[in-house]
Amino acid sequence: MDPRRGPLAVPKVRRVGFFTSIEPSPETPRPNRSLSGPAEAITSSSPLSDSPSGQFISPVQIPPSRHHSDNLASRAAPVPVPGPSAFRRQLANDRTLHVGSYNPVDSLLGTSPPSSNGEVSEDSGSLFGFQRSDSAKLSASFPNGGFNMTVAVRAPRESEAKVAIASTSDGRKKNVEASGESESVSTKPRKEKETKSLKEKTSKAERRAIQEAQRAAKAAAKGEGSKRAGESSRPKPSKPAKQPQPKKEAPQVTSSVSEKRAVSVEKERRMDVPQTQMQYDDKSRVDKAKRRSVVEQTESKNKVELFLHLPQYERGNQLPNLSSNIFTLDTIHHAVYKVGLQHLAGDIAGDNARCIAMLHAFQEAINDYTTPPMKDLTMDLTAKINGYVSFLIECRPLSMSMGNAIRFLKNQIRKLPVDLSEPEAKASLCSEIGRFIDEKILLADKVIVQHAVTKIRDGEVLLAYGFSCVVEMILLYAHEIGRKFRVVIVDSRPNLEGQKLLRRLVTRGLDCTYTHINAVSYIMGEVTRVFLGASSIFSNGTLYSQVGTACVAMVANAFSVPVIVCCEAYKFHERVLLDSICSNELGDPDAIANVPLRNNKKHSKTMDNNKNLQFLNLMYDSTPAEYISMIVTDYGMIPPTSIPVIVREYRREDLLL
Amino acid sequence: MPDVQSMVLEFVNKLRKRKIEGSQATARCTVELLRSVISHHRVPHANQASALIDAVKAVGAQLVAANPVELAVGNVVRRVLHIIREEDLSLATAAVAGLDLLEASDDDEDVNGKGIGYPGMSAAVVAAAARSTLRPPSLQTLLEGTPESATVPYTSSSGADSESKTADKSSVTRKLKHDVIEGVNQLIHEIAGCHEQIAEQAIEHIHQNEVILTLGSSRTVLEFLCAAKEKKRSFRVFVAEGAPRYQGHLLAKELVARGLQTTVITDSAVFAMISRVNMVIIGAHAVMANGGVIGPVGVNMAALAAKKHAVPFVVLAGSHKLCPLYPHNPEVLLNELRSPSELLDFGEFSDCLDFGSGSGSPLLQVVNPTFDYVPPSLVSLFITDTGGHNPSYMYRLIADYYSADDLVM
Repeated sequence: MDPRRGPLAVPKVRRVGFFTSIEPSPETPRPNRSLSGPAEAITSSSPLSDSPSGQFISPVQIPPSRHHSDNLASRAAPVPVPGPSAFRRQLANDRTLHVGSYNPVDSLLGTSPPSSNGEVSEDSGSLFGFQRSDSAKLSASFPNGGFNMTVAVRAPRESEAKVAIASTSDGRKKNVEASGESESVSTKPRKEKETKSLKEKTSKAERRAIQEAQRAAKAAAKGEGSKRAGESSRPKPSKPAKQPQPKKEAPQVTSSVSEKRAVSVEKERRMDVPQTQMQYDDKSRVDKAKRRSVVEQTESKNKVELFLHLPQYERGNQLPNLSSNIFTLDTIHHAVYKVGLQHLAGDIAGDNARCIAMLHAFQEAINDYTTPPMKDLTMDLTAKINGYVSFLIECRPLSMSMGNAIRFLKNQIRKLPVDLSEPEAKASLCSEIGRFIDEKILLADKVIVQHAVTKIRDGEVLLAYGFSCVVEMILLYAHEIGRKFRVVIVDSRPNLEGQKLLRRLVTRGLDCTYTHINAVSYIMGEVTRVFLGASSIFSNGTLYSQVGTACVAMVANAFSVPVIVCCEAYKFHERVLLDSICSNELGDPDAIANVPLRNNKKHSKTMDNNKNLQFLNLMYDSTPAEYISMIVTDYGMIPPTSIPVIVREYRREDLLL
Repeated sequence: MPDVQSMVLEFVNKLRKRKIEGSQATARCTVELLRSVISHHRVPHANQASALIDAVKAVGAQLVAANPVELAVGNVVRRVLHIIREEDLSLATAAVAGLDLLEASDDDEDVNGKGIGYPGMSAAVVAAAARSTLRPPSLQTLLEGTPESATVPYTSSSGADSESKTADKSSVTRKLKHDVIEGVNQLIHEIAGCHEQIAEQAIEHIHQNEVILTLGSSRTVLEFLCAAKEKKRSFRVFVAEGAPRYQGHLLAKELVARGLQTTVITDSAVFAMISRVNMVIIGAHAVMANGGVIGPVGVNMAALAAKKHAVPFVVLAGSHKLCPLYPHNPEVLLNELRSPSELLDFGEFSDCLDFGSGSGSPLLQVVNPTFDYVPPSLVSLFITDTGGHNPSYMYRLIADYYSADDLVM
């Protein structure tokens, strides 16, 4: 039976395992569960069981077991509980029908659902499984309340299957189950029907939502599974029935740690594959995303054709709308909301500042967070953070460093010890975030300053481009310790961030020369070193930074002036990038259109409605590694070719320790 | 005479105050001024040519001193001097030929007349025609060395002619002046028409769906692109805005008005965009004899980026922009620093800026250069009104337009 079925359902290996176990261990699981909700178990399972088991079994074995109804039947068949009744049978038929209807949806789930399917149907034998699923922490991972009940019910069910193995002794859960029992019988089928009908006429958005939920559930289930692995000693280890679980159960407490690590490493590897960015020339996806979005963006009229894959929105019109929303929107924590608005308005500039602001907001949000009843902190919090992140992305595309920080945070959440109480977990997360800020950003900056200062000698002329807080710290520190040097500040439109640096340096008494980027080849002749900040450095050594950096580096290279890039290691990214077109961020085109020309007024007005004229405000560009002489980072001074090494080592340290 | 003097002074003032912008406008004003100088100059009977040359040189020196960075002034003055020398020489040769055959001079005149008739090939044809007559004596003068010796043979020859032309000396005087003014008119015509000459070649260089990057505001570039557009080529133009003067915005406005698809980018995005650009086309401020280009600030950056990405870097230059000098440290010496107010608000930084008071406070310097120098190695092609040329050929092209004697003014 097993060997035959195994190859048939290729992705459903686990289910196969289950089937094998059915025969020997039909009894054991059931009593256990029925303890909590005996009535349900009987009502639901009995109808199936009453039907002659052989009758059902034989078809199950032969046909490809895609159908739930089959599974259900087969699984139900061995159940010995007596008490057949016509009504119940009908119910069962009903159920099988509905369960079957899930199938297509489930198939969307991808890899994990099949395995859970088997379990699900098995569990669905006892209605109370559903009930419990509501209580399962997993459902936390569902979208911030924005989805249908059906979805919420359904997805947890799958995950629940796994959880089911774990003890359900939780008193709270039992209570819920008990109270829900009577209701569940009636509600269940209805819900299922709902899903079915919904399935048929769900709009794109809804389907999208469902998918999302499923994905979340899947991830959650996985996470849960691995988490549970260690502690799931309670569920009858003797039971061979739960063959889907053996991987999780088998590692007993002794080996669980290493096992867990192995699993997580594997997971990391999968997660490490950088997500492909949203391509904005993909109409359908953009539409879907738009329907979910909080921020209403109007697309700019004159899009630059070369950059259709990037979001091109009009600026400035969504801000009042959003700020009025701040009190009505409860899915997003107010601190995060505030940071989002600040990003949108451009009040926070600079990668470090943005990243720190975001992390502080998350800290606050976590502090105010309470796990909803019947939800799991890990899952729910991850989902919440995901919601925040997508909101922030809507406000302004995240920088690479923010992406890294978010990944760090999610890892921390995932790695929370399960036995931690909620306040403890929150405290540990907050302190981890604080540690990240201190260690990876603030302390790293100090280390970088210490390193870089050794490269500044008396009488040098240093060139700084735009505004970078690390470069500013270096220059100020070098001045403090008495080095005599001159600074050339090169600036560029439209942000003119160099003026900020200029002001700070001049007020501290540094000797400064200010010029614009066009004149960089005029001034480069007298420069002896170039100091650049970075937004990110990719693993092929490409420097991704404020637009114009590449120009400065190129001219410096032409004049044989060393280029020193200062970048904290948390900004390194394992992606690779060749040009500035594929991945970039577009700023407000109006910032370019508005120039301080005397006769400009009528000029810009007449241009506004002209299709032929576009303004392109690139935010970043990528500097090839060949222009970079040295990168100063918190791990020391390295050539750009060493970036992938640091990325690897850094990642390992970050994820596993 | 006094009115010419006042005109000169007025023009010098304008130059000094940088009221005239753009090398073409400057060249035109200069050549018109020189024409009136020549026409008002009373020519002595002997040594008419040298007298004219002296007069023009005197005025030219004033003009060049008024704005040494505007190389077009010096170029035009040299061109006018060259015309005077050529006319003088052609008259002399005609006279010499006239000894043998009187009609020969008429023929010679006809040749010049034809040259005037075809402004399209004017300068080159005239120069080529003149070269055939000029070459032997000029080579001789080169060998003999001093510039003085160069003029001596001419004057002596014209003096030698005088005996045969005693009868109609006054007509000869008038003839030289007349010829020179004709030549100058032709030069004016040429300067005015250089756009069309260059634009005619656009179709050979721009293909369908091309992406072109340009910077600065140059009428030559505008005409060039529009000529290609008129020939039904559709292409896209990226314009760097050219902070802090925002000439790019002006150019973009003109281009859009003519129906070209235009995208304005910041100057800092030049490197980012260059990888998607097929050709960089810029208008030069001046072209030096070594093939180096002086252009609007930021040009060197674009040229370096183009070189890095192997994008052709094309320079458009009318013949009045060809300068016979070899540059030394052109980034600094042939540059001009404009007002810091274009970059910084005086109000904001007034406490930091050094207004020449010499106080010991920390200095904030603001550097705002006008021009940029592109070395010849970064230039792929020059397109002048006589066709396309390599940077390495520019010295030879330039030699056609100027006399070696005038290089130092």
